[in-house]
Amino acid sequence: MQHDNLVEIEDVAFDYGARPVLKGINLTAKRGQVIAIMGSSGCGKTTLLRLIGGQITPSQGTGRVAGESLGELDQAGLYRLRRKMGMLFQFGALFTDMSVFDNVAFQLREHSDLPEDAIRDMVLMKLHAVGLRGAACLMPAELSGGMARRVALARAIALDPQLVMYDEPFAGLDPISLGVTGNLIRRLTDTLGLTSILVTHDVQESLKIVDYVYFVSEGVIVAEGTADDIRASGLPYVHQFVHGEAEGPVTFHYPAAPYVTDLRLGEQSA
Amino acid sequence: MLKQAIAHLGNRTLQGVGRIGFAVRFFVAILLHSGTAFRRFGLTIREMYFSGVQSLIIILVSGLFVGMVLGLQGYETLQTYGSEEALGILVAMSLVRELGPVVAALLFASRAGSAITAEIGLMKATEQLSAMEMMAVDPIARVVAPRFWAGVISMPLLAALFSAMGIFGGYLVGVQLIGVDEGAFWSQMQSAVDFEQDILNGVIKSVVFGIAITTIALFEGYDAPPTAEGVSGATTRTVVTSSLAVLALDFVLTAFMFRGLS
Repeated sequence: MQHDNLVEIEDVAFDYGARPVLKGINLTAKRGQVIAIMGSSGCGKTTLLRLIGGQITPSQGTGRVAGESLGELDQAGLYRLRRKMGMLFQFGALFTDMSVFDNVAFQLREHSDLPEDAIRDMVLMKLHAVGLRGAACLMPAELSGGMARRVALARAIALDPQLVMYDEPFAGLDPISLGVTGNLIRRLTDTLGLTSILVTHDVQESLKIVDYVYFVSEGVIVAEGTADDIRASGLPYVHQFVHGEAEGPVTFHYPAAPYVTDLRLGEQSA
Repeated sequence: MLKQAIAHLGNRTLQGVGRIGFAVRFFVAILLHSGTAFRRFGLTIREMYFSGVQSLIIILVSGLFVGMVLGLQGYETLQTYGSEEALGILVAMSLVRELGPVVAALLFASRAGSAITAEIGLMKATEQLSAMEMMAVDPIARVVAPRFWAGVISMPLLAALFSAMGIFGGYLVGVQLIGVDEGAFWSQMQSAVDFEQDILNGVIKSVVFGIAITTIALFEGYDAPPTAEGVSGATTRTVVTSSLAVLALDFVLTAFMFRGLS
């Protein structure tokens, strides 16, 4: 089934015990696109990525990646499928006991019988693509946050995957690293013919580079469209999110008992 | 109130049983995914360096002192009966049968077991294990199983070295310091220590302890909540649980191995 959509999520629901996280999500990612999944912290974005990666199974609905149905794969099938995927974890998740070079070489050594010379060339090419060829001998502890993220990106594309997922690629980066990482995601997607799905709440940075955006709130998709659609959206939630306003459908306060009741209780115990 | 207490007790019991079940499945998974640990034996050797070689200093020094103390105490007691020449037997028997495997295992649990738990726990907390899974590499096969076999192989070697150092310590104190006859010390030891009954049983013990300690250490790390206190709690539990397991297993094994022996 070699058609346009690399990832298709249909009516997927997921819950952690009694707490529903996702309630009927529909999402598609076309080949060659950069897709962003946005929403406030804790709305289920990362859970969605874990579903696409097959790390958790949905309680309802189906997910297809590269024409294979996630729910029907056994572990061997899932591992075969994951070789076509790369994932960038929030803080890189580099193996701290290996050098930058060995981190990027990890999958090549695990999944291929290539001679060490060939592996060396491929690793240096991937590191060059993220601008860190000179850092090959460093250990992860010696890298800054932005550099670690780029090494992790080089590691994620080591096997030339079809799909790369990014979990909060912009979190905790300085403005320069932010721009560099954003451009890198776009450039790698275009030059390597990847499909990228990024989960983020950094609206401004991601709207610069994405083709299509899904807004998730309370487990459902509340808005979707191109970057321009989203900027021009009249939906209160999207407007509040894009412009970073404190007041709107998303309230500042976590649900609580009435303030007065709480304070009186405080007096008694003091 | 009472209902709550019963519910709490039931909940704790269920959790405990669930954890034991998880641990057993984890152990079986290690055995099933052990292929990589042997096919790529370099991985296991690397872990043997971390858990075995780096435990050498503490094992050797402790062994020496334990043996020296045995020499002193043993001589005190034996000379009352005029049989101080049996010092060699006493030192060797105590070490090879009991102290070697048990004390080496306790030291191994606190030196290497805690390190294994902390390492696996932190790998989990920093998503390194998830990352490995997403790269289609099974963490049980790649990370856990080599550490397990490294521990199982290292443990009897460390226990043997502990016993050897202990016997040397007993010799230093008994023969060189106190002046027990050297010929009697060694020859009595040689004739009394039986390869099958004493040495082999000691080796079996230390292999069993190695399995217990590394399984507990790996499980605690793998099951640790991915937070700072989660990992520190798991490390403590590893040392406590595996030490108790070693002592309990030692009793059971001794009861089976040495009953009816003169």
